[in-house]
Amino acid sequence: MSNPYAKLPAWAEYILIPLLNLVVAFLVAGLVVLLVGENPLDAAYYMITGAFGRGEYIGFTLYYATTFIFTGLSVAVAFHAGLFNIGSEGQAYIGGIGVALACLWLDKTMPWFVVFPLAIIGSAAFGAMWAFLPGWLQAKRGSHVVITTIMFNFIASSLMVYLLTKVLKPLGQMAPQTRTFEAGGQLPKLDWLMSIFGLNLGNSPFNVSFLLALLAAFGVWVLIWRTKLGYEMRTMGHSPSAARYAGIGEARITIIVMMISGGLAGMMALNPIMGEQYRMQLDFVQGAGFVGIAVALMGRSHPAGIIPAAILFGMLYQGGAEIAFEMPAISRDMIVIIQGLVILFAGALENMFRPAIGRAFASIGRRSVAAAQTRGA
Amino acid sequence: MSDIAIELRGIDKSFGLVHANKNINLTVRKGTIHGIIGENGAGKSTLMSILYGFYQADRGDIVIDGNTVTIKDPNAAIASGIGMVHQHFMLVENFTVLENVMLGAEESQILNTSISKARVELKRLEKEYALEVNPDALIEQLPVGLQQRVEILKALYRKADILILDEPTGVLTPPEADHLFRILGQLKDQGKTIIFITHKLREIMAITDEVSVMRRGEMVATRKTKETSVEELAELMVGRRVLLRVEKGAANPGEVKLSVENLTVRDGRGVTMVDNVSFNLRAGEIVGIAGVAGNGQSELLEAISGIRRAVGGKVLLNGKPIDVTGHVDPRELRDRGLGHVPEDRHHVGLVLKFEEAENGILGYHHEKRFLNGVFLNTKAIQADAEEKIKKYDIRPPNPRLKTANFSGGNQQKIVLAREMERGPDVLIIGQPTRGVDVGAIEFIHKRIIEMRDQGMAVLLVSVELDEIRALSDRIIVMFAGRVVGERDPDATEGELGLLMAGVEGRKEAAE
Repeated sequence: MSNPYAKLPAWAEYILIPLLNLVVAFLVAGLVVLLVGENPLDAAYYMITGAFGRGEYIGFTLYYATTFIFTGLSVAVAFHAGLFNIGSEGQAYIGGIGVALACLWLDKTMPWFVVFPLAIIGSAAFGAMWAFLPGWLQAKRGSHVVITTIMFNFIASSLMVYLLTKVLKPLGQMAPQTRTFEAGGQLPKLDWLMSIFGLNLGNSPFNVSFLLALLAAFGVWVLIWRTKLGYEMRTMGHSPSAARYAGIGEARITIIVMMISGGLAGMMALNPIMGEQYRMQLDFVQGAGFVGIAVALMGRSHPAGIIPAAILFGMLYQGGAEIAFEMPAISRDMIVIIQGLVILFAGALENMFRPAIGRAFASIGRRSVAAAQTRGA
Repeated sequence: MSDIAIELRGIDKSFGLVHANKNINLTVRKGTIHGIIGENGAGKSTLMSILYGFYQADRGDIVIDGNTVTIKDPNAAIASGIGMVHQHFMLVENFTVLENVMLGAEESQILNTSISKARVELKRLEKEYALEVNPDALIEQLPVGLQQRVEILKALYRKADILILDEPTGVLTPPEADHLFRILGQLKDQGKTIIFITHKLREIMAITDEVSVMRRGEMVATRKTKETSVEELAELMVGRRVLLRVEKGAANPGEVKLSVENLTVRDGRGVTMVDNVSFNLRAGEIVGIAGVAGNGQSELLEAISGIRRAVGGKVLLNGKPIDVTGHVDPRELRDRGLGHVPEDRHHVGLVLKFEEAENGILGYHHEKRFLNGVFLNTKAIQADAEEKIKKYDIRPPNPRLKTANFSGGNQQKIVLAREMERGPDVLIIGQPTRGVDVGAIEFIHKRIIEMRDQGMAVLLVSVELDEIRALSDRIIVMFAGRVVGERDPDATEGELGLLMAGVEGRKEAAE
C-alpha cells in the first residue's frame, strides 16, 4: 500500500503522539542527568518548582514563553508555505532596531501606550525587511532560504555590533547598549493579571507584550485558515505543483510569507527591550529564534499548539536555571541538551511511535468490532 | 509431484487500520497463466508484495511445490523460484543488458569471470525462450518493450519457475503488448507458471487460463477464463452490474474554440517534447489525443494550460492568443474560459492534505463568490462543495474530510466537478480515469459526453486507447512529440496501434 500510516483519531494525532515524544525526550534527558551523577527525580523537582513554584517564577516562565510564541509563530508561518525560515534569530535582532528607535525618539514625551504601537510597527517592519532579502533571493534568484537566512543571522549579528558600539551607544558609556528608556519606553507589567489568580509577580518581567503575543497567535490562525493569502500559502506549502496549476504566484507568496515571518520574529524584540531591560543590549535575542524552530515543530505549526509549546520551553528556561543553581554538576547547557532532545523526538523522529500506535488502534478497533459481533450473535 | 505451483492459504495483512488482504486463498496451477484482476486498491499489489517478500503476512501460509515456505525478503522469494517483473522497471539505466541481468547475482568477486559465465547463460536463455536482446546494449537506449524483456530475462537468469508480472502492459504500445503475450505463451509452453496482474479485462480474456478476482481486499471468485465473460468479471470486480460501453450520439461541432499552431515545447534538458503540433478544437466535439505515455501529450497539455512555457508556436483560445512562449497566468486562462483536469491529480489537481471543500476552490479561490474581501467565505465554499458532492455523487459526502481519504474515483470526481461546473468553453482533460474504479469510470465518461453535448469543446488525453476510442469524435495520434495522424473513432485498434508505435506515421510523413 502507498500509505502504510493509517489515519489516527485527532486526539491521538495532536495530543498523544506529541506527549509521548516529549516523555521520551525527558526520559533520555533523565539518563543524561544520571550520567553526570545527579538524581533525575531531584532535577525534575527543581525544574517544576523553579518554573511554577511561586508567582515570580511563573512570571519568568511566561516572560520567556512570550518570546518563544513570537519566534515560534514566525517559523510556523513560513512552514505553512513550505519555507524553512532559520533566520528568525537575525530578524528578531534587527527588529530590535525598530523598537529602540521608537523608544529613543518618544520615551521622554509620550506615554507607553503611544510608543508601544509605534514600536510594534517598527519592530515588525525591521524584521520584515531583514526577511525580505532572503525571500526575494529565493523567489527571483533561486538561492535557498535555509542558506541565506543563516547567513543573514551572521550579518545581523555583525551589523548590531557596529550599531551598538558606534551609533546607538551614548557617548561616554562603556557597555554596548542604548541609553535606558524613560517611562514612555517601558511596558507595564501584568501584575493585575497575576493577582486575579492570587499570585504575586515579584521581580519578574512579565509584561503586556504577552497579550500581544496571544493576539498575534490568533492573527496567525486567521491568516492561515481564514484568508485567501493563507489558502495560497498552504497550497504552496503542501504542493508547489498544485500551486502552479492554480495560478498562485510562487515568487509573490515566497516574498510575502518571508516578510510576515520576519515581522513576527521582529516583534519578539518588544518583550526583552521594552518589557525587561528598557534598553537594547548586545545579543538580546539569545537564541530565541532557534528555540522558535523547536516550538513550531512541537506545536505542529498551529497557534493552539505553539502557545503550550512556548510555555513548555519557558519552563525549561526558567526551571533549567533553577536546576543549574541547585545542582552544580549540571550547567545551563543541560537545557540545550533537553531542547535538542525535544527537537529530535518531536521533529526528526516524529513518526517513530506512529506505526506502533496505529497497530494498537487497529487491534483495539478490530477487537471491539469482533466483540460487537459476538454480542449480536 | 502435484500440479500445483503455488498455494496461498488464509493470507491476511493489515496496515494500521487498513485491512489490505482479508483471508486470501489462491491456488495457481503449474504451467498456466493465472490472471489476478481487481480495481485499484483491491489488494492485488499487496498480495504480490507478500509473495515476493516485500511485506510479511500477518497470518496465513505460502505453499510452493507442496512445501510451506517463509518468504522474509525478495532473496528468499528468488530462492523459492519466484521472479517478479515490476510495473516500474528496476533497471540501472546506464548499465548494459548483461550487467543488469547479473546485477546482484554475480557469482564471484572477480567480475570478468562472472561476466563471461553470465554471457553464456544469457545466450542460452535467449535461445530457449526466443527472447532476443543485444547483451551489450545500454538500457537507456532500449525501447520500453525491450527493457521489459530484460526484466523477464533477469527473473529467468535467477532460475525463476513462477513469474509475477505487475500491470506489465501499462507502458507498452498495442503491438508491444501483443509481443509480450506471445513471449508469455512460450514461457508457459516451457513449463513456467505465470501470475499476471492487471485491471484490463481484455488482457485477461486474451491470455490467461484461469482468473481470480479481488475486491476490497478479498478474493471474491476464481474462474476458468474460457467459462467466464468480460461482463461477469466486471461485475465481480465492482460488485454490481456496469455499463462497459458509453452511449453517445453524433457530435455537433460548432466554431473553433481552441486553435494550436506549430506548438513546440522542450523539457528542462532541452529535449523537444512537443514538435510543431497543430490542430483545432471546436465547440461540441471531443478530440482525443492517443499515444503511448511519454510521447509529448503531457507537455502539450501543460503548455496549453499555462503551466509550462513553450519555445514556439501559437495558441488561440476563443480566437484570442495565449502568450504560450512568454508568461502565462493559469488564473487568467481560467477567467477566459479554459478548464483543466490535469493528468496527475495527486500532485497537481488536488492538495491531498486539504479538506474536500478546500480543493473545490483550487484555482478559483480568487473569485468573488468564495471571498469576503481578503477572507475566505467559508459558508459559500461549504455550500458549493455540498452542491457538487450531491451532483457528482462524491462519497463519502463529507466536505470536511481530508482529500487523501477519498478513493481515486472520488478524488477525480472532485477535480471534474470543480472544472466542469465552472462552465468553461474549453475543457482539457488528462487521463480522466487513471486509477479510477470501474464504477466511477462509467459516471465520468457520461459526464464528459454530457459536457460535449452542452457545447463544450473537450480535449482528451489518455493512454487508454479504449477510452480514447469510446469518447472521441476525432482521434489525433502523437508519437515522439509529433502528430503522426488523425483518424475517426471507428479506426481499428491495429491501425491506431501502428500509428502509436510510430510505424505508419513515418510513412505518412514521408509521403
